[in-house]
Amino acid sequence: MAALDVQVVAADHAVWSGEAKSLTGRTVEGDMGILPGHTPVLALLAEGELTIEPVDGGGPIKAHVKGGFFSVDDDKVTVVADEADIRS
Amino acid sequence: MGAQIRVYRDKIRSTSSMKKIFKAMELIATARVGKARSRAQASTPYAEAITRAVAAVAAQNDIDHVLTEKVAEPKRAAVLVMASDRGLAGAYSTNVIKKSESLLATLREQGVEARPYLYGRKAQAFYDFRSREYDQVWTGNTDNPDVTVGREIGKALVDRFVQPTEEGGVDEIYLVYTEFQSMVTQEPVVKRLLPLAVVEDETTVHPLYEFEPSPEEVLDELLPKYIESRIFSAMLEASASELAARQKAMKSAGDNANDLILKYTLLRNNARQAEITQELSELIAGADALASS
Repeated sequence: MAALDVQVVAADHAVWSGEAKSLTGRTVEGDMGILPGHTPVLALLAEGELTIEPVDGGGPIKAHVKGGFFSVDDDKVTVVADEADIRS
Repeated sequence: MGAQIRVYRDKIRSTSSMKKIFKAMELIATARVGKARSRAQASTPYAEAITRAVAAVAAQNDIDHVLTEKVAEPKRAAVLVMASDRGLAGAYSTNVIKKSESLLATLREQGVEARPYLYGRKAQAFYDFRSREYDQVWTGNTDNPDVTVGREIGKALVDRFVQPTEEGGVDEIYLVYTEFQSMVTQEPVVKRLLPLAVVEDETTVHPLYEFEPSPEEVLDELLPKYIESRIFSAMLEASASELAARQKAMKSAGDNANDLILKYTLLRNNARQAEITQELSELIAGADALASS
């Protein structure tokens, strides 16, 4: 099964990167879930929770993000947040 | 005591107290350059990610936005020059100012009016001394840049960029700063922030993005973020370069002070020996004169 190549960066540091089955983020227009094969999208993030389901099992990774945007392109997901910290 | 000896002694004393200052400054620079480098490195992924996104968006021509607009003949350009606040860093500020001067000359040849924006007291001093105009200046903490200053600079430049050219807005934004290559090499570079140089590469086809909520809103948000992050990461890199340059300059100043102290010690000993010899020969001559009378 195809997986998402996820990279999460905050303004002053890289937060998380790896492969994921799915990712859910809160955009300014509401929650948005990304699965492999998603159409290319560039969305603005609102303050809220970002949930990542990693491929290598384990519980979902939850991060609190504030501001920024995320881009999806050919199963590559880049979350660029002003502030982000992992709560897990 | 001979006047000569006193002169040398004073020189040795002042050189050794200067040496202490050089040593202290070298140690401070060494301690801080590591931190500056890791700050610069930590901000790189963000700047890269945002640049990629902006490049992808700029390649899309069907959206009407200042970011994607192409200006056939640029009339005005903003040039941000990043020098340091303090000297004692060798040719650090001189090099970056020289680089900016050659950029200004090129722009002038192309008939583009350049508007200088300055960062660092050394750049300001350079312009003030020559009574040259500049649009805005930011000083303070060039060796430990603050993110709020980066935002301020970014905002000033973005405001200028979105202004129509007829009302004094700029069509291009250039950045001149010192790139940190290694502890011994720092290279002044010119980067064009806007408009983005879209690499016309056949192999990388930029995807046609869908925008949430709308292209305009996404681009309005993206443009200032892109400029701010590029400027701030350049500021961080420049600060690392400044500290590395200062460390190198202070190291060689300390070495030179050592050489001087050695030289003056030798001269002082010579002078002291000459004085003793003279006193001795005067004594002997005096005794001889007494004995023969």
